[in-house]
Amino acid sequence: MDKKKRIAIVGATSAIAEQCARLWLNNGPCQLVLIGRDAQRLERIAADLKVRSPQSDIRMIQAGFLDPEAINSAVGDAVQSGPMDLVLIAHGSLPDQKECQNNLPSCRDALEINGISPVLYAEAFAQGMEQANHGTIALIGSVAGDRGRKSNYVYGAAKGLVARYAQGLQHRFAGTEVKVVLIKPGPTDTPMTAHLKARGAKLARVEDVAKQIVCAMESGKSVAYTPGKWLLIMRVIQHLPRIVFNKINI
Amino acid sequence: MRPVSSWGRLSAYPHHVVDLNDASRAIGLMSDGPHPGLAHGMGRSYGDACLNPKGTLWVTTGLDHFIAFDEITGRLVCEAGVLLRDIQRLVIPRGWILPVTPGTQLVTVGGAIANDVHGKNHHALGCFGDHVQNLTLLRTDGQTIQCGPDAHTDWFAATVGGLGLTGVITQAEIQLRRARGPWVRSETVAHAHLDEFFRLADDSEADWEHTVSWVDCVGGRPGRGLFMRGNPTDAGDRPALPAGRRLAMPFVPPVSLVNRVSLRPFNMAYYHFKKRQTGQAITHYESFFYPLDKLLEWNRMYGPRGFFQYQSVVPRAVGQDAVEAMLKEVARAGEGSFLAVLKTFGNRSPVGMLSFPQPGVTLALDFPNRGERTCRLFESLDAIVREAKGRLYPAKDARMPRDLFEAGYPHLTEFMKYRDPGISSGLSRRLMGH
Repeated sequence: MDKKKRIAIVGATSAIAEQCARLWLNNGPCQLVLIGRDAQRLERIAADLKVRSPQSDIRMIQAGFLDPEAINSAVGDAVQSGPMDLVLIAHGSLPDQKECQNNLPSCRDALEINGISPVLYAEAFAQGMEQANHGTIALIGSVAGDRGRKSNYVYGAAKGLVARYAQGLQHRFAGTEVKVVLIKPGPTDTPMTAHLKARGAKLARVEDVAKQIVCAMESGKSVAYTPGKWLLIMRVIQHLPRIVFNKINI
Repeated sequence: MRPVSSWGRLSAYPHHVVDLNDASRAIGLMSDGPHPGLAHGMGRSYGDACLNPKGTLWVTTGLDHFIAFDEITGRLVCEAGVLLRDIQRLVIPRGWILPVTPGTQLVTVGGAIANDVHGKNHHALGCFGDHVQNLTLLRTDGQTIQCGPDAHTDWFAATVGGLGLTGVITQAEIQLRRARGPWVRSETVAHAHLDEFFRLADDSEADWEHTVSWVDCVGGRPGRGLFMRGNPTDAGDRPALPAGRRLAMPFVPPVSLVNRVSLRPFNMAYYHFKKRQTGQAITHYESFFYPLDKLLEWNRMYGPRGFFQYQSVVPRAVGQDAVEAMLKEVARAGEGSFLAVLKTFGNRSPVGMLSFPQPGVTLALDFPNRGERTCRLFESLDAIVREAKGRLYPAKDARMPRDLFEAGYPHLTEFMKYRDPGISSGLSRRLMGH
């Protein structure tokens, strides 16, 4: 029997997803499906993973992130060789808040790519997992989804949508062998946050965040803040009385 | 703009930092921002070779993808930001190893080529660049040049050891070497003076792949030290090492921990402690090649003012006298170096126009930055190197005078034809005028 873990990664070219893939392959050969929009970047990542783990089967699926039909067929293609053990839904893009405020199409794009798209992908994978009564789905939310803040509430709202969705999915799969994990990374050092780093923000190492995601998916815990300190920080921010919160410039 | 320091921590000038995460988009990123720029990997060179104060740094650590590896021929193709550590960890279990590696594995392939780094086996296998079969050079005008020992050899000779000044190296093909596993059979022999060092080095050259000596330049006679030599070995099925905890120097102490008070007892203790361990041992390659990588950020030990490394090579004919003179000069100045490393280079010329190694003997010394005093000592060491017709290692340098650089690197004029006008570094402005 083939014991290779079956893993699908949506948004496989994201820095966090790529590090997760490297960690999984480090633990032994896998059957990996990489889903992304940019064929050239997918190929670059697939070639790298292939060198790291020649015994793994690595497949690329180029697919859009918004069209439900395309999502359905990409997921159908991904699971044709069998149900997944692990699904990581990692895509997203950090929008410019000012741009979202001044330009409704940008606002809609940000909501779609960070909120609706991950939900559609998760929903598409959830069906097969329910039938197999097996597997773990992880969605990457964000600490930004915990409380709306003026500096990035459009992104936060999309990630909040993902959080509420994950909560519902967890409820749906309670008592089954399907696990749903919501990852909430703090600001992480990836190309997505390059402009934050340029401003001197202190960011978590992507390798560390990936390690925590892989662990959280292994244990199947429902919510994982990465790094863990963000749990504490966000608890404080969530519970600040509005009169105090509104005076803070965050 | 944010402050960036090199390994010596001598300066922290602001730099415009741009991550080159995708080779296919690199040229767009390279033209975005105030020219000139400079490729920057792990920032492990000690002085200003990896810095471009007030200019742009193109950080290459995101170019960390392997592209192909042929387990039959040992050819590895990878992007330039891949760390030597990641290569070793990938290929050693598959029976291959990097033929040449410097004393730290936390450097990028691009940095290893641009500084044409060497290791303890120079006499056997030369420099890093000797094993590069092909590299891709991206010029700021958008041109891409594939060069190697068989193609565009002039560009290859300029780029290997070219300090990143001929363009941005985006990928490379390296010929690895067969390995029998991660183990090294090592032997440590104490030597009482330089005569003995040279005798040991000569006697070991044929039968030992790796040779290097740690010299105590504080106590005792100049040239007392510990000669270490090693060969790759098949140690059977020894258990893999437990993943050791990585220690890190957690903060920058207010003064250098390496100072006049600490050096003498430290060197003395190290010499006598290690002397008791002389003899043979089987060592894991990580401990053998990279002892200092065990303490991350050890450069912080030298305090807020940072430190210099002074690495010279002098021809063998005058080598013993020159090394002895330098060690005496260091002792006379009341300075000392904890890390004093002595090694004979093999009788071979390097690939690169500006590659550092040349036949002779190399001495590397670390000094905490004590301003004027340290500079005065360097001037007297410079005089010895100049007299001996030797040269200094640009990757380690933050202060050599221009005439010494020009005298030491006779191919400099030729090299200048290959410079990328869109690239500049602190070092190039200091030693090449722009």
